[in-house]
Amino acid sequence: MTPLENEITAVKKELISMWILVQSQLNKAKEAMVQFDKDLAREVLVKEKRVNSFELKIDRDCENVFALHCPVAIDLRFLLAALKINTNLERIGDIASSIAKYVVDSAVNFDAAAMESTSMLRMFDEAINILTDTRTAFEMEDTVLARSIFKRDDVLDAINDNASRSVAEVIKGNINSMTEALYILSIIRKLERVGDQSKNIAEEIIFYVEAKILKHYASSQTGSTDEE
Amino acid sequence: MENTIVKAENYNSYFGDNHVVKDVNISINKNEVIAVMGPSGCGKTTFLRGINRMHELIPGATSKGKILLDGQNVYDLNAIYVRAKIGMVFQRPNPFPNLSIYENVIAGYLLNGIKVSKADKDVIVERSLTSAALWKEVKDSLHKKGTFLSGGQQQRLCIARAIAMQPELILFDEPTSALDPISTSSVEQLFHELKTNYTLIIVTHNMQQAARVSDRTAFFYMGELVEFDDTKQMFTNPADQRTQNYITGRFS
Repeated sequence: MTPLENEITAVKKELISMWILVQSQLNKAKEAMVQFDKDLAREVLVKEKRVNSFELKIDRDCENVFALHCPVAIDLRFLLAALKINTNLERIGDIASSIAKYVVDSAVNFDAAAMESTSMLRMFDEAINILTDTRTAFEMEDTVLARSIFKRDDVLDAINDNASRSVAEVIKGNINSMTEALYILSIIRKLERVGDQSKNIAEEIIFYVEAKILKHYASSQTGSTDEE
Repeated sequence: MENTIVKAENYNSYFGDNHVVKDVNISINKNEVIAVMGPSGCGKTTFLRGINRMHELIPGATSKGKILLDGQNVYDLNAIYVRAKIGMVFQRPNPFPNLSIYENVIAGYLLNGIKVSKADKDVIVERSLTSAALWKEVKDSLHKKGTFLSGGQQQRLCIARAIAMQPELILFDEPTSALDPISTSSVEQLFHELKTNYTLIIVTHNMQQAARVSDRTAFFYMGELVEFDDTKQMFTNPADQRTQNYITGRFS
């Protein structure tokens, strides 16, 4: 392998490690919420620093490759994509930690029926699955799988669109649960962002592998809405 | 079509039985900067030297096909006329060591016995040195030897010498490979200025230079023109796998 190929392989490995950590953060945030496990939630908050360290290191490594190797063509596209994927993963990490913070801050546990009726848990599972599949698509350079993310994000959008009404129902059912219900609404909004970030990542995978720019395409062409 | 200045049609070059440039078809527009790149021995310099009929000066060298300059096959024209219309700058700066800066600029006229008045010579020298971004640096030492200049200045003097003949096209064969980065930068800056009036074809091994200075890039491999495209496209998403392998350094 050329020195540039070695550098690119190293950046790819770092991104995958960061991806696994972010997935784990999101899983633990969910688990902490369902189990109302404040210790697990605090662990997520502590590990957020590791996510941030990954982001800084990957940014710096990409900068060095640009400066020292002047990459072109697929190498250039990979590094441009890596920078954006890095940013999106870090934001998903932020979301996991802010959900964990709700668990730490909440005085009482989240009502299981409310989590069910608002489809929040289903949304959490789907967000984690989407994130996992974007990682597989990245590792395998599988643009078919990357494209499938656009449709699956629609599921998260639909739950989010319905969230105000479903959370209002929860509050109507038990006015004392208002604080927890608002936390749920906020978490749903955040999970919707995880879908958006995953979609952005899928776009970057397609850009890197196929040199096609799908960003800001109409929904009819990508199966997604124009966003960001 | 009328914007085309040079066109190669099924152009082939040989050194004896060695087929060096194979069936090249390419069309170059006026005021374009074209970079020609490829690994050593790919035929890029031989192709360049075919454009102004320098190739045929080598014993045993032959060519086939057409090189059209403004629609006329250069092989049907007088070779001296062709070389006046198509200037050339080489890898190493090669000012005439026994001539002054002034004489170097008008060397094309002197060596071809073209009579020019002193006043006209003065105009040609100033205009050519100004176009080559050298006038300010040498206007007070025009009668010093050309070899008194630095490497970068000597190369710009060679460019001025080419410009003095008012060519339509200037060929550059690795023009900065013997220069330091500062001189390279000044010559590259000059390419941007020269393209207003001239068409430039630059053979270079420096891919970053090709990316920086050219509008379109041609990639040669084993005598074939593999790809010729917009430089941005070539360096972001080349169409041919061989081009991608070369520019990303994955050529085995």
